[in-house]
Amino acid sequence: MNIINEMNLSFCAKSINESFARSAISAFVLSLDPTIGELSDIKTAVSEAVTNCIVHAYGYKGGIIYINARITDTGKVIIRVRDKGCGMENVKQAMEPLYTTGGEERAGLGFAVMQSFMDKVSVRSTPLKGTTVTMEKAIIRCAKNDREE
Amino acid sequence: MVEIESDGNVCVAKLNGDIDHHHCVKIRKKIDARCDSERPKVLVLDFSGVQFMDSSGVGLVMGRYRQMSLLGGRLRVVNVPENFDRVFRLSGLAGLGVME
Repeated sequence: MNIINEMNLSFCAKSINESFARSAISAFVLSLDPTIGELSDIKTAVSEAVTNCIVHAYGYKGGIIYINARITDTGKVIIRVRDKGCGMENVKQAMEPLYTTGGEERAGLGFAVMQSFMDKVSVRSTPLKGTTVTMEKAIIRCAKNDREE
Repeated sequence: MVEIESDGNVCVAKLNGDIDHHHCVKIRKKIDARCDSERPKVLVLDFSGVQFMDSSGVGLVMGRYRQMSLLGGRLRVVNVPENFDRVFRLSGLAGLGVME
């Protein structure tokens, strides 16, 4: 599996940038010719990860969010969303559906959505240092077209 | 973002555009202010104009369910586009009987 395209993005952890992150990742994966559903899944997962950085990692106090995305020759997109925020002591607990430290208006479903909408999600976190969420999705049509050619 | 119409008993909040964490802050304030002042019996959240939604939309619904319960009223969630159903299904909100 080879990386054929890559992008790096960094931006302020402000909520207004949630839609910017979605637009940026959408534009990048368009080259894979995803279906509307696949694109929607990727946008939603990235939106969740970015929101987690703003709300939890940086506690609304600002910081920088880093997104790296890579496309492979097998039609896979691998997205890493990284922060240098507070990190998590217990990643397993944080990833439990409906668990949240974000208050009454937070559903606690960010990781559940990422896991449901992407093929693979892994989380690395160090308290007081930051968190990296890595997500992968195979774009089926692209992989199939490559095999037919 | 949200257009609200009310006849005193039923308050309909039609949501438009993106329902993410950023937009939910203003949407929530607008809906809560209207409900606090009018105390409707029913709050309807109409999702027909929504073009994007992540789990912040679920949080919005859960928060309004709590608010209406405190006011002694009822919440209805209507016209959820099919592609956003999945996010609601992950939440188990169907069990509250508010989704139509």
